[in-house]
Amino acid sequence: MADDLERRFERTVQSEARIEPRDWMPDGYRKTLIRQIAQHAHSEIIGMQPEGNWISRAPSLRRKAILLAKVQDEAGHGLYLYSATETLGADREDLTLKLIEGRQKYSSIFNYPTLTFADVGVIGWLVDGAAICNQVPLCRTSYGPYARAMIRICKEESFHQRQGYELLMTMMRGTQQQRDMVQDSVNRWWWPSLMMFGPPDAESTNTEQSMAWRIKRDTNDELRQKFVNMSMPQAEALGVTFPDPELRWNDERGEYDFGQPDWDEFWQVVKGGGVCNEQRIAHRRKAHEDGAWVREAAVAHAAKHARKEGAA
Amino acid sequence: MSTSWPLWEVFVRGKRGLNHVHVGSLHAPDAEMALRNARDVYTRRNEGVSIWVVPATEITASSPDEKDPFFAPAGDKVYRHPTFYVIPEDVPHL
Repeated sequence: MADDLERRFERTVQSEARIEPRDWMPDGYRKTLIRQIAQHAHSEIIGMQPEGNWISRAPSLRRKAILLAKVQDEAGHGLYLYSATETLGADREDLTLKLIEGRQKYSSIFNYPTLTFADVGVIGWLVDGAAICNQVPLCRTSYGPYARAMIRICKEESFHQRQGYELLMTMMRGTQQQRDMVQDSVNRWWWPSLMMFGPPDAESTNTEQSMAWRIKRDTNDELRQKFVNMSMPQAEALGVTFPDPELRWNDERGEYDFGQPDWDEFWQVVKGGGVCNEQRIAHRRKAHEDGAWVREAAVAHAAKHARKEGAA
Repeated sequence: MSTSWPLWEVFVRGKRGLNHVHVGSLHAPDAEMALRNARDVYTRRNEGVSIWVVPATEITASSPDEKDPFFAPAGDKVYRHPTFYVIPEDVPHL
């Protein structure tokens, strides 16, 4: 019987059909998905902070309105994804606790600080650009609710990337100081953006099984290469360079060659040693704890009204 | 007191003339807040003209374990489809 269920699951996945919430699935598949989707949701929620840092200091009302809408989208993306984890039996309160207790991770990119307003543009262009590279294949991931959430997210990420690039184009048309600010920001964010695709394939422990289950569709290194290929012409059009002396077109491969990020730094940040790790979690914890009375009051209000309606 | 809000399933009518379609879920303390949250989470870009929210616990679903037998009654009734019937090609409007 169990073999039968497993065979049906395998057949469904192999035939590119989607697994849906109440279908039988292997425990490992469920656990891997909860871990991956929760980590993704946490990244969206923590990702509100680096850019939120600039909302009150945006240089114009137009930029402020755009930035507010973008940060609100990140919240929305987190909610779509938490909603997907719940279809697998996860509990949202429990996931929030795991995040603020440091028992689940989020993308390391958000542990870097946003030092200038140019960082808002570069995050949109490179960080959201890398996120799009990672996420477009996930629109075809084997778990239905995750794939559907990714479709919504990818549509919205396109706005994020374009507003960032347009912001940078505007700055590049400005003063030399503004152009320097953009280049400085690109220099700081380029390597962390490449790290967003995860460790090299040879060291990626989860890739093989995730690809067999069609949760993941491309390897880390494939996606990283794709991102570099996409970003180079965009950098040229903008008039900035990437801080990698090995970066050059390879005619034979028909792709760009590029250097490796500092993987020691990557692991250090993953393990909590980044500039902003503590600050990000402390802020999330404070928001959660400060909101406790609102959550309680809303429950009390709903209960009171339910009683009144019952009595009427 | 437990502070976790109940789960609501959200259905959105994209435009007039279309059915409401399931788009996801959210937590809210009551129906009114569920509607407002659904507007903010699922219709930030004019994706809808009408929203339904339903407590997740109120939905009864068919079981996936019995999906083959459950839908079997429709499986062998090809005569319910128009293509089952052979009509001469020169008969118009059929």
